[in-house]
Amino acid sequence: MNEPSLLRLERIEKTFASLRALDGVSLEFRAGEIHAVLGENGAGKSTLMKIIYGAVQPDAGTITWRGEAGPIASPNEARARGIAMVFQHFALFESVTAVENVALALPERVPLRELARRIEEAATRYGLPVHPWQEVHHLSVGERQRVEIVRCLLQSPRLLIMDEPTSVLTPQAVDQLFETLRRLAAEGTAIIYVSHKLEEIRRLCHRATIIRQGRVVGEVDPQKETEGRLAELMIGRTFPQMQRRAKTEGAIALELAALATPPAGPFGTPLAGISLRVHAGEVLGIAGISGNGQAELLAALSGETRVDAQSIWLCGEPIGALSPGARRSRGLTLVPEERLGVGAVPEMSLRKNALLTAYGQRLVRRGVIDRGAVAAYADRCISGFDVRCGGPEAPAGSLSGGNLQKFIVGREIEQRPRVMILAQPTWGVDVAATALIRQRLIDLSAQGVAILVISEDLGEILEVCDRVAVIAGGRMSPARDVHETGAEEIGRWMAGGFGAGDAAPATEAERVA
Amino acid sequence: MIGFQLTRRARPSRAMQWLSPILAVALTLVVGLAVFAALGQAPARAFHAFFIEPVSDANGIAELLLKASPLCLIALGLAIGYRANVWNIGAEGQMYIGGAFATGLAITFQHDIGMALLPLMIIAGAIGGMAWAALTAFCRAQLKADEILVSLMLTYVANLVVKYLVYGPWQDPQANNFPLTVSFEDNALFPLLASLGWSWFDGTRLNLSIFLTLAAIPLAWFFVQRTFMGFKLEVGGLAPGAARYAGFSARGTVWVAMLIGGAAAGLAGVTEVAGPLGQLNDRWTPGYGFTAIIVAALGRLNPLGIPLAALLMALLYLGGEAAQITLQLPKAISLVFQGLLLMFLLGCEVLINFRVKRVARPAPAAAKT
Repeated sequence: MNEPSLLRLERIEKTFASLRALDGVSLEFRAGEIHAVLGENGAGKSTLMKIIYGAVQPDAGTITWRGEAGPIASPNEARARGIAMVFQHFALFESVTAVENVALALPERVPLRELARRIEEAATRYGLPVHPWQEVHHLSVGERQRVEIVRCLLQSPRLLIMDEPTSVLTPQAVDQLFETLRRLAAEGTAIIYVSHKLEEIRRLCHRATIIRQGRVVGEVDPQKETEGRLAELMIGRTFPQMQRRAKTEGAIALELAALATPPAGPFGTPLAGISLRVHAGEVLGIAGISGNGQAELLAALSGETRVDAQSIWLCGEPIGALSPGARRSRGLTLVPEERLGVGAVPEMSLRKNALLTAYGQRLVRRGVIDRGAVAAYADRCISGFDVRCGGPEAPAGSLSGGNLQKFIVGREIEQRPRVMILAQPTWGVDVAATALIRQRLIDLSAQGVAILVISEDLGEILEVCDRVAVIAGGRMSPARDVHETGAEEIGRWMAGGFGAGDAAPATEAERVA
Repeated sequence: MIGFQLTRRARPSRAMQWLSPILAVALTLVVGLAVFAALGQAPARAFHAFFIEPVSDANGIAELLLKASPLCLIALGLAIGYRANVWNIGAEGQMYIGGAFATGLAITFQHDIGMALLPLMIIAGAIGGMAWAALTAFCRAQLKADEILVSLMLTYVANLVVKYLVYGPWQDPQANNFPLTVSFEDNALFPLLASLGWSWFDGTRLNLSIFLTLAAIPLAWFFVQRTFMGFKLEVGGLAPGAARYAGFSARGTVWVAMLIGGAAAGLAGVTEVAGPLGQLNDRWTPGYGFTAIIVAALGRLNPLGIPLAALLMALLYLGGEAAQITLQLPKAISLVFQGLLLMFLLGCEVLINFRVKRVARPAPAAAKT
């Protein structure tokens, strides 16, 4: 590839408070090239992308855009130059509709109706279903990401930054997105593709730069490297392998019997006739594109939404009408999708966050907190799950995504559950932490715990689960043994194509109507 | 070119959590003295008249404690609610009703039940404040009405309730139609400290109710720091999503937070009617319930910071009165100080999470943000 350099970064440095995020990074992006930036969480990728997007100013170093040196002072300036970005943590305004969010990012004023039409057009063309008139706060993580992607594509960018874009897509939609990206690249757009998914990078990218602890540690042709080699470069040591155990199937631990809920909010997905059995000692995965009822299912399972008592059974006892606390005391623990603000209170110390759900583990006596017991419990979570933090008094918000998730998973496992439910357990979690969490889940199931994983990451489901079912349009497919199915069939189910006749899920059009 | 920039700290500064209120007080003083100068007063003399004179004798200190005590009591209760994100603005009204409940007992039974009367009045006052706060709690938890508006508006209703009582059924028949109740007998009053042989307080109005406040401080601290209920309230305030996930009831949070605030305000009402007032009248609107909001904020919602903040606010009250007398300054000077303090307080809070950094601005292009 010998295209002229579109963007050149030289010796970029950036220090936050006490953290040296970037330490002399030099990089070059060329028009028409799909360039992977690879690194663990906290390696400095996000900071680097924010600098390119003008959202963060570097402390030192030069930026050269199309042969002209000078800073990118703001995201507005970046957009004016033709730089667009799909953020990992979405930069959408929650209280307004998708189309209004897109309008805010456009330099010119476009009538909303006209814009909505263009959004739907782009959405269909790129296979990213988006409903322009939905308010963003009703959208799930995956739906928000689709709004972001469409918003960027509408700006016809010269340089498109994609920060982990595929975790919410079906394999078919990923193929479609890759097709789109390749077409954009062929038209001369430079694409920066930030991801952990080594297999995708090998399939899609022309070049890969690996960043570790704020420094460039390698630049390779990903198509010539193995995934193991890429991972090794990224984490600086050998990639851990999953240890699978022989599967043993026990009694039914969790059963959903024709579970139905009303939709959560005007654009929510009602659940209808969901039946499922999770046995002791197995890991069951629920795949699906977000917004297909996962949020409603999770709320019904946790007890935040109460349902008909007889529609959820825990080890032979109907629990559908019980509160979250009552379910927890009966041995059901849950790791939510959102870590900060749901799974943990960001401002509170890890100790207090241990108390958040583990209060039933004799941490409270007659209404008074037993501080010694809380400290011991938090220490068990921290040391048992290799949580890297500034000690048990560190606020949860100061931990990286991976370390906080290890802490939360540890906190739930230490409660010795009979059934454990996890939503998106490794979303935004670095490779090493992901491997540890998945291994612990497999170990836990070997001890006879029933585990339900709701994930949009199909790779994850195929890696840790024994059986897989798919949720689409608020309905559940039959569960299949992972060895008897594959990405192709699951992908078809994700799009709603399972169980002819009455089990057929509602289509997107019917959902909106 | 040199500029200043706010950069987010890696974690909130512990030092600044204590320093920021102190800094706010210092800034208030500096600007306050400038205000005095602008009014043609010598700053040194004005400072002395405002802050030193009022507390230069036993009587002054007693008056300071007498004012600080209800402020502290109410603020402790409010702070527990504010930590849970329940914004009870109506402590003033809850205080009126607490005072009215206690008064009802006092004028009905003062010749019947002897020494048991005052303890019963204390309980009745707390119940009265809780009952009034319960109206707000019900509207917020069950009807999803905004507690700020409801509690604030109920304060004016409470004031009218008191007026109705003292103009109507509870009016002292010998009062020549003045809107006040009979004066309480001794068994309905907090004994003066002076009457208990504390000669240092001879001639002052300070009474035993101060011990209610002194007891409330460690209790509030224990509740916030050590009890599971306090923890649940705090989670509800910081991260409602986490509270739902953990299974802590949002309605329960509202009820507990409102009732604690109401009880504290009601108790403060008792300490007033059974203290310096000695009766209930229609002009009893000290504004303690509102000032306590500032006290709670100044004390950073911390049960150990609030007593200090209450002392400071009480000093501003007294200083304002003294400034009117000795310096002929308008009454509004107290409110100016309260306003300055609250403003600087909110401003200085930024320093807890951010640090000010001097930066050399590199190129003009970067300067336009």
